[in-house]
Amino acid sequence: MDISVNSATDIVSIQNLSFSRGDRKIFNNISLSIPRGKITAIMGPSGTGKTTLLKLIGGQIHPDQGSVIVDNHNVHKLKRTDLYTLRKRMGMLFQSGALLTDINVFDNVALPLREHTRLSDSMIRSLVLIKLQAVGLRGARDLMPNELSGGMARRVALARAIALDPMMIMYDEPFTGQDPISLGTIVELINDLNSALGLSSIIVSHDIEETVSIADYIYILSEGKIAGQGTPEQIKNLDSAWVQQFMNGDADGPVPFHYPADDYLKDLFES
Amino acid sequence: MQILKATLSVIPRPRLLINQLYSVGVLSFLIISISGLFVGMVLGLQGFYILSDFGAEETLGMMVAASLVRELGPVVAALLFAGRAGSALTAEIGLMKATEQLSGMEMMAIDPIKRIIAPRLLAGFISMPLLAALFSAIGVLGGHMVGVGLLGVDDGSYWSQMQAGIDFQDDIINGIIKSIIFGFAVSWIALFEGYDAIPTSEGVSRATTRTVVNSAFTILGLDFILTALMFGDI
Repeated sequence: MDISVNSATDIVSIQNLSFSRGDRKIFNNISLSIPRGKITAIMGPSGTGKTTLLKLIGGQIHPDQGSVIVDNHNVHKLKRTDLYTLRKRMGMLFQSGALLTDINVFDNVALPLREHTRLSDSMIRSLVLIKLQAVGLRGARDLMPNELSGGMARRVALARAIALDPMMIMYDEPFTGQDPISLGTIVELINDLNSALGLSSIIVSHDIEETVSIADYIYILSEGKIAGQGTPEQIKNLDSAWVQQFMNGDADGPVPFHYPADDYLKDLFES
Repeated sequence: MQILKATLSVIPRPRLLINQLYSVGVLSFLIISISGLFVGMVLGLQGFYILSDFGAEETLGMMVAASLVRELGPVVAALLFAGRAGSALTAEIGLMKATEQLSGMEMMAIDPIKRIIAPRLLAGFISMPLLAALFSAIGVLGGHMVGVGLLGVDDGSYWSQMQAGIDFQDDIINGIIKSIIFGFAVSWIALFEGYDAIPTSEGVSRATTRTVVNSAFTILGLDFILTALMFGDI
């Protein structure tokens, strides 16, 4: 499968990508493209390398072969300074938030602005407050990261990720471990940000319901391959037992409930 | 080399350096002072008994000061520094790695070498000679307390023998050079181990242990080499 690069509509295009860790092949010659201005979800069971894919897009790790093109730049052929320039236009929301624990919420959001721009302090203050207001945490600006709940930390991290007005944001498991209210908040924030700021979003997740509710296009990864792709409706009707098991969360199916083992009875009566 | 270049980037961000000087240097003050006091007191006691065998207890001041400035000051202060500040640095950086803070910075196009590693390295480099000097100074006072205060060595000869016997170039400067090198080595080991740690609780714990153990070996090994170069005829 070879997807031709269409830089006008695709912000990220991945071609024939292979990556392995030790003997395990995480990706085996996959190709996919992420359109501009849309929310694209990458789903799959734990351990299929969804986070690894984000790190490959961000240029933090190198693939064994294949290329990752972000906004017409081949990420792994860029010089370090060019890669850093490109990263300023990519936001990433880590699962843990990855806030710096030694500075408060305000300084965390201000950090990229202070490092990368020469704006005055008052300008930075206004920008930070605007970003914090967008995630509903303007009042929490003086708290330290360890005083925040998991959901709040993720929202602060989101405010930080949009501080430099990036062209795209990568969300790493944004829904995991959230209570229903903060879950709803984050789903709505991702949706609103995407439409209000004209961002392109990549969501890596295994939370089906939330992801399906906002994604425009979905890729499902399994064992280093793309097991299925399409709009949420197409995915639901996809004729693949594996994809259906994944989407419906069935305990048994093509992915067996039991880890491969010897015969149960024989095992029990073995002395 | 890249890290050395990165230390230059600390200059426009003095706040980062000051914070680190505080946590690496100032917070080590107490342990260094108390240890220095006790080491000085023990030196005063032991020195007095040995020297009095030869009727030379008047040279106690010189003996205490020479042992401190040349050897014990830089070496013991560096060992304490590795235990107090080095382990803290490793654990801090290791946990930053484990909680994706370093990775997060990279994705924000902020070089963690510049923002995290460089100020800490510089802070260790600056603090160590000052802490070693503090250690020696307090040790000399400790020796005075025991020697002059308790054991009756003459106050004047304690100080005058010290002044006469200690050479600025040979003893003090060499001691400072030693502590600068130790400070650099300990900070480097601590930061490397933290940055290189496997990002799990077990990995960070191992890295912290390695920092203290490797620092101790490095300090003692380097001390022998430096002493041989400075004072020996090799």
